Amino acid sequence: MSGYGYLLKKIGWALFTIVFVIVLNFFLFRVLPGDPARAGLRDPRLTVEAIEAIRVRFGLDKPVINCFETLNPLKLGSCTVNPMQTQFFIYVGNLLRGELGISYHTNRPVADMLIERLWNTVLLVGAGQIFAIIIGITLGLVAAWRARTAVDYAALVSSLMAWSLPTFWLGIILLFIGSRQFGLPIGGKATPGANFAGVWEEWLDTARHMILPTLTFTIVFVGEYMLIMRSTVLDVLSEDYILTAKAKGLSTFQILKDHALRNSMLPMVTIIALNLGFTVAGAIQIETVFSWPGLGQSIFEAVGRRDYPMLQGAFLLIAVSVILANLIADLLYSYLDPRVRAG
Amino acid sequence: MTVQVEVSSFTGFWNSFKRNRMGIVGLIMVIAAVAMAVLAPWIAPYDPKAPIQVTIDDIYAPPSPEHWLGTDDAGKDVLSNFIYGARVSLTVGFFASFISIVIGGVIGIVAGFYGGRTENVLMRLTDIMLVIPDLPLAVVLVALTKPSLLNIIFVIGILGWTSTARLVRSQALSVKERKFVLRARAIGASNMYIVRRHILPLVLPLMVANTVLVISLAILNESTLSFLGLSDPTTLSWGQMLNFAFTRGGMSAGAWWALVTPGFGIVWVVLGCTLLGHGLEQVLNPRLETHHLSVGAEMVARPARPPTHAVDARAIEG
Repeated sequence: MSGYGYLLKKIGWALFTIVFVIVLNFFLFRVLPGDPARAGLRDPRLTVEAIEAIRVRFGLDKPVINCFETLNPLKLGSCTVNPMQTQFFIYVGNLLRGELGISYHTNRPVADMLIERLWNTVLLVGAGQIFAIIIGITLGLVAAWRARTAVDYAALVSSLMAWSLPTFWLGIILLFIGSRQFGLPIGGKATPGANFAGVWEEWLDTARHMILPTLTFTIVFVGEYMLIMRSTVLDVLSEDYILTAKAKGLSTFQILKDHALRNSMLPMVTIIALNLGFTVAGAIQIETVFSWPGLGQSIFEAVGRRDYPMLQGAFLLIAVSVILANLIADLLYSYLDPRVRAG
Repeated sequence: MTVQVEVSSFTGFWNSFKRNRMGIVGLIMVIAAVAMAVLAPWIAPYDPKAPIQVTIDDIYAPPSPEHWLGTDDAGKDVLSNFIYGARVSLTVGFFASFISIVIGGVIGIVAGFYGGRTENVLMRLTDIMLVIPDLPLAVVLVALTKPSLLNIIFVIGILGWTSTARLVRSQALSVKERKFVLRARAIGASNMYIVRRHILPLVLPLMVANTVLVISLAILNESTLSFLGLSDPTTLSWGQMLNFAFTRGGMSAGAWWALVTPGFGIVWVVLGCTLLGHGLEQVLNPRLETHHLSVGAEMVARPARPPTHAVDARAIEG
């Protein structure tokens, strides 16, 4: 297959997955019992007219899709309505314009609220991932090189321990120790009510708030990266070109750096991208524990407030980000290793 | 004859497994946790459901001779809650992973065995499920349905089958090409018969190892959902205990006993399952762990017969 064919196939597949997620995201919220129309309007003091006005405002008075008035309870409707006047196509149309609906809780556009939070999550996840990747890859390389020695077993056991730690629990423990023993902030992104003398002071304050969440992130993901790196390097080290390199008289350090590390990085790229789903799960937990104003916390808050447009929007944004990250990893991989395109 | 082969292959397996130190440690950890859950009414000092009279001093009381691990936000004994909590966490883990394994097993075997368009569709579905982040989807699903134990089991179960499906499919693909499957087909065996008689027995061992790992993931997921406040507030799992301790002032009260204990249970079970699962995997699917720069001990040869022989022999006889 030519390079372009591979590219198109991967992009087409990612688009299909995104469409699947959009359809799933729309219908889950219509089919499952927590119907947004009722859930958002539970207040008994609301008059019938007020409820109707809210239903019109959020577009809930329109049929869900052709032939179906509502899906839960299932009520059939006219099949001849204009598809553009159904909730589903209005939803898709809004998405195409970058609109994710209006939050029940704050009455602001969901998209605006999510964008603010997206960057906070990227900051936190980015910092945690960089540390975890560097430490995990180094440890994995060493563990594989010293396979079946004390160093290897120690690294293996501690990785398995780190993997078994529930992320939120590790966060709680670190928060407990960090805030009580070391006087670190107990949560949030900035000290409330602080007046910063300059940009530098503001950055320093953010950095202080990031120490504990980033540490949690790093510990949780180091174990996994180390385990994967270890098994990848083990495979690479039993290849014949390692024997050749050894026969040429290269030092162990050179072999590890130029042969083992480079060839193991390829599979790691894919695995780090595939791991993004777990990364998101980690972000939800860590942001909840440390009250970090990111996407994960917005999911947690939306659940508590029954703010369905917010929950729906956050889920969509997270799912699409993960799908796109996977696509980028696929393309990067095929660029780094042209054999993939041919196969 | 068949029975004899089975028995000897199990003894062989056990002999191999016995020497896997990590696997044995995992097995002991899992057995200890299950024993604690089963024997809860006999070993727990208090009954968590019994009504109690609480004064202000009983709330988040530090460890004392009456309450070895202190009390929680409701003045209840943390140790007893912890012991009973094992029941909820393990139940969710076992049932959810059962659902995952059945879905994953069926999809994997059907895809691997039938191939062609069926395989394509099923594997595409698996790919989609693999790329959609689990936890946000689980949160959405539980938030939209009633937060009950049954719903949590169901949601974790239907989201956790992808790894099993991929594993089973690749195993089924390789078994399908074996000589004895061809022979069985030549003498007119039906697809169902071949799957039941030849594919399943060879796929099953790896599925068992996978099940243990899926259980550990299910328990982690349950604790996370409970911690996020998405579980039935009347059933006290370890995650729920952490939710209460964290959201109801355990942090500012400095009640480390209420925050550390439940997490310790989760780590214990998940680590036990992980060690056991990896141990089983190593025995059932040994990989060479020596290489050109090796400095550690060489991999010991495994005298135990891999379970494949047992089925090979049976196929030839039958």
